[in-house]
Amino acid sequence: MKAHIKITLKNGVLDPQGKAIEGAIKGLGITGVGDVRQGKYIEVDLSESDPAKAKAIVEQMCKDLLANTVIENYSYEIG
Amino acid sequence: MLRASVIVFPGSNCDRDVQTAIERVTGFAPKMVWHGDASVPSSDVIVLPGGFSYGDYLRCGAMAAHSPIMKDVVTKAKAGTPVIGICNGFQILCESGLLPGALLRNASLHFICRDVFLKVENDQTFFTKCYREGEVIRVPIAHGEGNYFADSETLDRLEGEGRVAFRYSNEAGETTADACPNGAQRNIAGIVNETGRVLGMMPHPERLYEKALGGTDGRRVFESMLLSTLEAVA
Repeated sequence: MKAHIKITLKNGVLDPQGKAIEGAIKGLGITGVGDVRQGKYIEVDLSESDPAKAKAIVEQMCKDLLANTVIENYSYEIG
Repeated sequence: MLRASVIVFPGSNCDRDVQTAIERVTGFAPKMVWHGDASVPSSDVIVLPGGFSYGDYLRCGAMAAHSPIMKDVVTKAKAGTPVIGICNGFQILCESGLLPGALLRNASLHFICRDVFLKVENDQTFFTKCYREGEVIRVPIAHGEGNYFADSETLDRLEGEGRVAFRYSNEAGETTADACPNGAQRNIAGIVNETGRVLGMMPHPERLYEKALGGTDGRRVFESMLLSTLEAVA
């Protein structure tokens, strides 16, 4: 199984990189662009085949290492 | 006698600076402890130095916070051993949960390396007792991720409990937005834990501890750790 993990900054946490990206997109002459937020995407191969156990493993790695829950949210799909 | 231990992570680059500063200021050479070791030797002070541990992979300090030595650092800190984290060390303290909050990318997105002014907010802690509350000191910063963030409840608690040790200020000691180099909330440059024995700070006191370096305002962090240790023994 593979976990596809997305990590994003929480709402309310300033994202200066997102702001810079927003400015660069607008610099391309593209219109209709609003707020830009950037984050991380992480893929993890898992040997566990039981979906419930795999979820518990991914939950633990997100909470303890991959995301800093003071500033970041995480979400994932396992498949 | 001061038994200090400096933890060396792969990518630390201020470990030898702080080693020299401690030895020159206190007269006692610290032990250098490799991050892969299982335990820290019995110490009066543990130092987490500046640098780019693990290349800042994932988040600054995130990998170091999970390195083998940190289990013992956390255990010893919770049992009362004083710990100072400078720059990357501050980031590691936050990632390991010994201090609240997190350090984000500088609001300007620039790496900033220059002297800044700091207002001393608490002169009662293990590492700041040789300063005077309200005085303004000049210490260098050198970081890309020093923008202190915590939710407003946590910030209120830190301020209410006197746990802000240093704030960015101008030369007159005014903690204005202009005086904040990195966007840190409430101009926070350094905080302590509940007991005042764990300090995290972004500025580098080990870079200005004698006249030949261009200033001495960082010196009293090391004098404070010696004085606090000696007072505890007496």
